Formats: sequence, C-alpha cells, structure tokens
Amino acid sequence: MNRYRDDPAAIRALVRDDAVHRDVYIDADIFRLEMERLWARTWLYVGHTSQVPDPGDYITCDLATEPVLMIRQADQSVRVLRNRCAHKGAKIVSDASGNTGRFLRCPYHNWSYRTDGSIAAIPLRQGYAGTNLDHCEAAGGLRPVATETYRGFVFARLSEDGPAFQAYFGDSLSSIDYMADRSPEGEMEVAGGVLRYMHDSNWKLFVENLNDTMHPMAAHESSAGTAKELWADKPADAPKPMAIEQLVPFAGSYDFFDKMGVRVFDNGHSYSGAHFSIHSAYAAVPDYEAAMTRAHGEARTKDILGTVRHNTVYYPSLTIKGAIQTIRVVRPIAVDKTLIESWSFRLKGAPDIFFKRNVTYTRLINSPMSVVGHDDQQCYRLLQEGLSAGSNEWVNLQRDYHPEERNAPDLTVNGTSEISMRNQFRAWANLMSVA
Amino acid sequence: MTEADITRFIYHEARLLDEKRWDEWYALFAEGGHYWVPLTRNQPDAELHTSLAYEDKLLLRLRIERLRRRPPSQRPESWSQHVLQAPEIEADAGDGWRTRTAFHYAEARGDAMQMYTGVAVHHLVAAAGSFRIRLKRINLLNCDAALPSIQLFL
Repeated sequence: MNRYRDDPAAIRALVRDDAVHRDVYIDADIFRLEMERLWARTWLYVGHTSQVPDPGDYITCDLATEPVLMIRQADQSVRVLRNRCAHKGAKIVSDASGNTGRFLRCPYHNWSYRTDGSIAAIPLRQGYAGTNLDHCEAAGGLRPVATETYRGFVFARLSEDGPAFQAYFGDSLSSIDYMADRSPEGEMEVAGGVLRYMHDSNWKLFVENLNDTMHPMAAHESSAGTAKELWADKPADAPKPMAIEQLVPFAGSYDFFDKMGVRVFDNGHSYSGAHFSIHSAYAAVPDYEAAMTRAHGEARTKDILGTVRHNTVYYPSLTIKGAIQTIRVVRPIAVDKTLIESWSFRLKGAPDIFFKRNVTYTRLINSPMSVVGHDDQQCYRLLQEGLSAGSNEWVNLQRDYHPEERNAPDLTVNGTSEISMRNQFRAWANLMSVA
Repeated sequence: MTEADITRFIYHEARLLDEKRWDEWYALFAEGGHYWVPLTRNQPDAELHTSLAYEDKLLLRLRIERLRRRPPSQRPESWSQHVLQAPEIEADAGDGWRTRTAFHYAEARGDAMQMYTGVAVHHLVAAAGSFRIRLKRINLLNCDAALPSIQLFL
C-alpha cells in the first residue's frame, strides 16, 4: 500500500514555494512514485550514439530501475528496447556493451528477436497453434521505448504519455550545443572508460548539489584549500599543473560563486556559471583556437570558447560540463541508493590536451577515490541520516527566494541563490501529483 | 640488494600505510614517481584513459595533507589493513626491479568495512642503500565495479 499514490493533495503538500518536506528524500513510497510519474514520463539520458557505431552494437543500463538496451539498427538509427524477454521475462542482454549481430536471443529458451525488438523465431512454434500468441502481450517482442537523439545524446521516455522532447528541454539544449561545438568538427565521441560511483543517498541530493554554489568553500575546503596552499609559494606566472589549475577554483570565494550566476528553465533544468565558472581560467591552446575559427568563424568561436557553463542539469537524469566535455548520469536504485556514472567525451579534431584535461578532471572530482567526491558523498549521507531527526520535517530552500520567480520560464539570477532547487521541486510537484 | 631486501621493503611500505605514517610513506616515492589504480584490466595508459586514481607526488601530498585535516568524510576516520602474499620478484631488467604482490585490503570506517583484493605491481629503483618507488600500480580485481568511497591508500 502506497500512502501517497491516491493522494495528490498530500504530494503537493510536500513542496512549498521555499521548502520541501523530508519525505521527498527518505520515503520509499515517494521513491516508487518518482520512478513511475517523474522519471518514466520525462526524457532520460540513455547513452551516446558513438558508443554503438555499427549495426548490432548495444549498451545496457537501467532507466528508472527498469532494464533497457540501446542498439544500432541496420538502417543506422538507434533504438531503445526494454531488456526483457517477451516469454518469461528474463533479461536478454547482461553485458554492459557488445555486438549482437542481427539477432538478440534469450539465453533461457532461445526466443530470438530482430534488432528492432520484433520476434524473429520461437522454438517449436507449432506448440502455440490455436493460442492467441500473435495477439497477446508477448507478440510485442522486446518493446521499444520512445527515443530522441540530440547531437548524439540519446534520450528515452518510458511512458507513452509525457511532454514532447523539444518542449521538455527548451533552450537548455544549448548547453549540449556549446559542448559539441568545442570540436572543430562539431562532433564528440565517448572515450576513456566510465567511473561508476555508488552513493548511499537519494538521487535528488546529488542533482541539487550540481548547482549548489554555497558548498564548495565549506565541503571542499580540505581538498581545494590544501591544493591552494601547496601552490601558494609558487610565482604567479609559474605554469600550473593541470590538477592545480582544476582544483584551486573550488576554493573560490562566496563572491566568485555569486557572480557566476545561475539560469533556470521550465521543467527543472538549470545551469550554474551563467557568466563564467571554475573552468574559465584554463590555459589557452592557440593552434586549436585557430582550427576552431576556421571551422566556426571568429564570432561563433569567441562565443563557444567564452561560454564556460559550470554544470547543466537536464532534470532528472543527466548533468553535463560542456567546458571540459564530461557528463554525470544519475541512475537511481532505491530511496537511499544512487549510482552516478561519469563519462568522458573526446572532441573530434581537437588536440589531446582537451581529453587529458577531461580525464584528469573526472578522476580528481568524480572517482570513488576522489578527495573532492568523498566529501560530497559524506555530506549527502549526513543529509540522508540527519533528516530522520524529529521536530523539524522541513528542508529550507529560501536563499534569495522571490515570489515572482514562480512564473518565470527562463530566469538568470545571482549564483548563490537556491533557485535551481526550488525550480526542480516545482517540476517535481507538477509531475508527481498527476496519477 | 637481495630478494629478501625487496620483500622487506614491500611489507614495510604496506605497514606504513596501515599505521598512517604518511610522511615516511611519501618519502618512499622517487621523484617523478606515481601511485596508480587503473579503471580497467590491462589498462595501458593513465593520461588518455580514466583511472580510479593516478597521482604524482604533488597529488599524494595533497591527499595526505587533506586526511590530516579530518575532512567531513573522515569523521569518523578510516583505517586500513593490508594482508600481503610474498612478492614475486622479476629479475632486474637494468632499470630496477618489478614485483607482483597479491593482496587483500580492508578499509574500516565506523561500523562498515570494505574488502578488496588484487595485485600490487611495484617498480622499484635503488637509492641510498634502499629502494624508491617509481610506480605502484594496484590492479583491483573489481576495478570496473560500481564502488563506494575508498578513502585511504591501497
């Protein structure tokens, strides 16, 4: 029995304009409804087309706790299918990636499927003579999921109902353009492996943190502050090791993070670093800038390289860092368990230094052995535990709250505002309160 | 240098970590030395492929100084125990010694304990009557698993 399922008023009551009730983070009934109503109805990141270059290539993952596979078709299109045999329900594919050839075959009874999910063969088919096999649930094969691809980023919507892709993301898609256009060829490819970091906390705590600019100077004082001190006695013009260049900005002042700015969009999306970010001061690469100018023209190149957004949140499943071509993907497992995957992209036609930056950054920040990640992870866990304390059941999200923000579909404000979290919960309440 | 000297050095290195004698441990690394935990099996490269950790002496110093500050994730603090098999020592190829040491590693924090196993590959060079570490590469058995925070040194 799910006590929230038939009570939309109770769900709405969990979200105030400037606060949320703790149940959104710690209640297992809410988590189950989130998967059904919020995650299943929105566009979730699956993978990138460069991961499945040839027909029959596939990757697997769980979307909203449901197993799916993304697979390249003979006609070069990419489909997302439910990874569940139409017969008894076994997962068809278990490897994280591979090539299946022309058919997918269930290991249990050899039901086999074409790469579009339709049934190709069933052993001893005559045994179904006189049944309604061709008209029952099994006839659907491996059922496809609605799929949209944007600059190689493949998104899927599990539910048949929900917002259209373009309407759902709107202008927030520009962050993907700014990321891909950092390639002189306008294209990227996944490379260098995936870091998989298991978090013992609710998925929203991670997503909110991506635009939380009030935590670095506190939670990361021990790592970024130490990096700053280790470099403090070097002359100002000494060439900085990549690690120092990347870690020290985390120790930026409140003023720095406030002036960065944050922009929010309808449906919970947002990015911090509207004006500049912790990635703004990386060393220039002159040959690359010349190649970019040849490819994109002077004005657009200036625009692309001058746009160094911090984290863009594609609510609820994807966060990207265009300035260094890395993404983090949110895979919820339980109310207090979330897998975060960090993927790296190589800019086609760009020198190796960009990929080295990317690999260094993601290792320093997103690895299970990251000295930055350890303190984030610990803070999420402290929230998960602390919220069980009695007497105050509300999480305060009031920093720089102004009532007029509630009706603005696209708004840029000061960087230390908690507007991105309030914006996420407005989208959350809208989706969650509809049965 | 005898095989016994090398074996003693490998055991001593692990003991310094478990006793949190980090400055002494840091001093075992040669200039330009690295501590590397690859993300995939047989990973050839650390600069153009992501790793779980790949640290030069500057980053090792950062990690040590941070641990000393008792950051949020070190309240309560973590403790480690290395359980080592006798190292297999390859013949000196002219540029030092390479050893393979199978290990179990436990990291405890509060009520939780994580267990890992794998092989540590050392590249040692002679220095001042002892050895310095050119590279300590830790091949974790489950390097490609979804992992929780691993906070101390393998």
